[in-house]
Amino acid sequence: MSTTIDLAEVSLRHLNEMLHDAEDGVFKILNPRGAHAVACGMTAGLVVEVDGSVGYYCAGMHQVGTVVVRGNSGPGLAENIMSGTVRTTGNASMSAAATGCGGLVVIEGDAGARCGISMKGVDIVVGGSIGHMGAFMAQAGNMVVLGDAGADMGDSIYEATLFVRGEVESLGSDCIEKEMGPEHLAVVERLLETADMTASPGDFRRYGSARQLYSFHVDDIDAELAADAGGAK
Amino acid sequence: MTSDTWHQRESHSFDRNAIAEIRRAANTGIYRIRGWGAKRVLPTLDDLVFLGASMSRYPLEGYREACGTDIVIGERNAERPVRLDIPVTIAGMSFGSLSAQAKEALGRGASAAGTSTTTGDGGMTEEERGHSTKLVYQYLPSRYGMNPDDLRRADAIEVVVGQGAKPGGGGMLLGQKITERVAEMRTLPEGIDQRSACRHPDWTGPDDLAIKIIELREIVDWQVPVYVKLGAARPYYDTALAVKAGADAVVVDGMQGGTAATQDVFIEHVGIPTLAAIPEAVRALRELGVHRDVKLIVAGGIRSGADVAKALALGADVVSIGTAALIAIGDNDPAYDEEYRALGSAAGFWEDFQDGTDPAGITTQDPELSARLDPIVGGRRLANYLQVLTLETQTLARACGKSHVLNLEPEDLAALTVEAAAMAGVPLAGTDWIPGK
Repeated sequence: MSTTIDLAEVSLRHLNEMLHDAEDGVFKILNPRGAHAVACGMTAGLVVEVDGSVGYYCAGMHQVGTVVVRGNSGPGLAENIMSGTVRTTGNASMSAAATGCGGLVVIEGDAGARCGISMKGVDIVVGGSIGHMGAFMAQAGNMVVLGDAGADMGDSIYEATLFVRGEVESLGSDCIEKEMGPEHLAVVERLLETADMTASPGDFRRYGSARQLYSFHVDDIDAELAADAGGAK
Repeated sequence: MTSDTWHQRESHSFDRNAIAEIRRAANTGIYRIRGWGAKRVLPTLDDLVFLGASMSRYPLEGYREACGTDIVIGERNAERPVRLDIPVTIAGMSFGSLSAQAKEALGRGASAAGTSTTTGDGGMTEEERGHSTKLVYQYLPSRYGMNPDDLRRADAIEVVVGQGAKPGGGGMLLGQKITERVAEMRTLPEGIDQRSACRHPDWTGPDDLAIKIIELREIVDWQVPVYVKLGAARPYYDTALAVKAGADAVVVDGMQGGTAATQDVFIEHVGIPTLAAIPEAVRALRELGVHRDVKLIVAGGIRSGADVAKALALGADVVSIGTAALIAIGDNDPAYDEEYRALGSAAGFWEDFQDGTDPAGITTQDPELSARLDPIVGGRRLANYLQVLTLETQTLARACGKSHVLNLEPEDLAALTVEAAAMAGVPLAGTDWIPGK
């Protein structure tokens, strides 16, 4: 069953209420005209197709089902996504998939600054390039970038894994390039296939945490001197 | 030469605390990290007094006449506003910084008193949801443990921009408290020194925040109120911007507000005192015509019913307590003095919440220490304490002739110091002089 909702005629509240109440089905949304918070907080396995560009927080806290934006997406696309799939056929503005805990976010075009910031398990595939501070404080999950990455990628990264095919302008604090093993090639291959994108996994380079920022460095001169004195006795 | 030090003068600039800190820094090479809030001398609500009734004011009978204490938050936007029986709530404190038993005790005590408790940087636990009839879910920059199911089962959402102990800083939880359960809730490796983000990942200013609040309301189908919490820094402007962004309540946390772990230099030197923050936040609300409509929740160093009543008289709708609530359930209990001393502290001085070694079982994740805190007894103690705060507030309100605690007003107050008069905007006692007015 397919339902068409025209945002030129109904309110955002009406749209989201309808999506929250639905148990299944396909929903086509017309005239989004950059509306914010479109299809956020979905809890059922719906398929939502948005015909046009959206504003902030489209598919925010997405839990299940699929949202496809046939256009560009504003800041915070699929922020804190838990599961399911969110795709934009155009570009995504800043903070795409921010803090995402699971699921898949596909950006066919470019992504702006802070793509994947504080990601906590989501998989992100970007067909184009990402802006600066990508994967800042990224905790878990995978990000695959077919284009280039802007400055300070992976700053203060924890256990997320970043794969970039193009140039990386610079790496942020504690982010280093790591060896690309067979298991990593398999991850890239799987994500490319899932995202329906074509590239050779062998062309990607892997980045992750050097784990040098995980703990404060605490000196203890007094204890050292006491130990030395004890040893001298 | 005498053995005492009475003939010696301690340097005011380099007193024993300053010398000890220089020596500690020289030994370790790392800044002092600790819990609690600002310990330095600050202008406080103690610098104000109530004038009480007199020839021109008529008091209410102190023990019997009705004096309302109920507050409703979020009627403008929420299908389910938060209805509090008393004007005192429990501030956000995370599971991780606190033990599960402590969170349960806070929930039990707050529920018995008819008020709310608040999650913290680390998500919602079953212990606190299960024992809190009204639970405020914090939406923090780190988004640790954030998930929409918990968002929907919260009674209110609190977007945290900052906190009084560290306006401009993020949370901190040291490795000894990142146990398997805490690490799993936060999606972090076990045992790391966790430093939370200090700014939200997907919005950067008040215009963005307005959209973020709409998103949160949409996700929960406009069921519950949305608060915005601010560290007291520029309360006039910050409160105005929070209102503009659509907040149902603004939480202003003064620099005496506590923390589980932060740099000492941050705790003692960033932000402004609670006394100074309240009038500025109220001024913003009045100028926007939303005072008493958008609720003002004030936190930071609240200890007694006198503090509660004075905050309300200055224009707050509700106060929030953190440190005092922990003390009520057993923090710094003299019964553990020997153990505090073994840790290099003493009952009444214990501030090393970051260490996870709390003998009282409150600021720890150690299972043996945590088990020392009986959450049922702790909950009863908190409920008693909240009742005393409420009774004291009513006592003062009745003495000023008020039939509801929210009827207290600045006119009921006088200041004991020039500084307090200037900050609070009330006359210096015995004069009609308000500095700057």
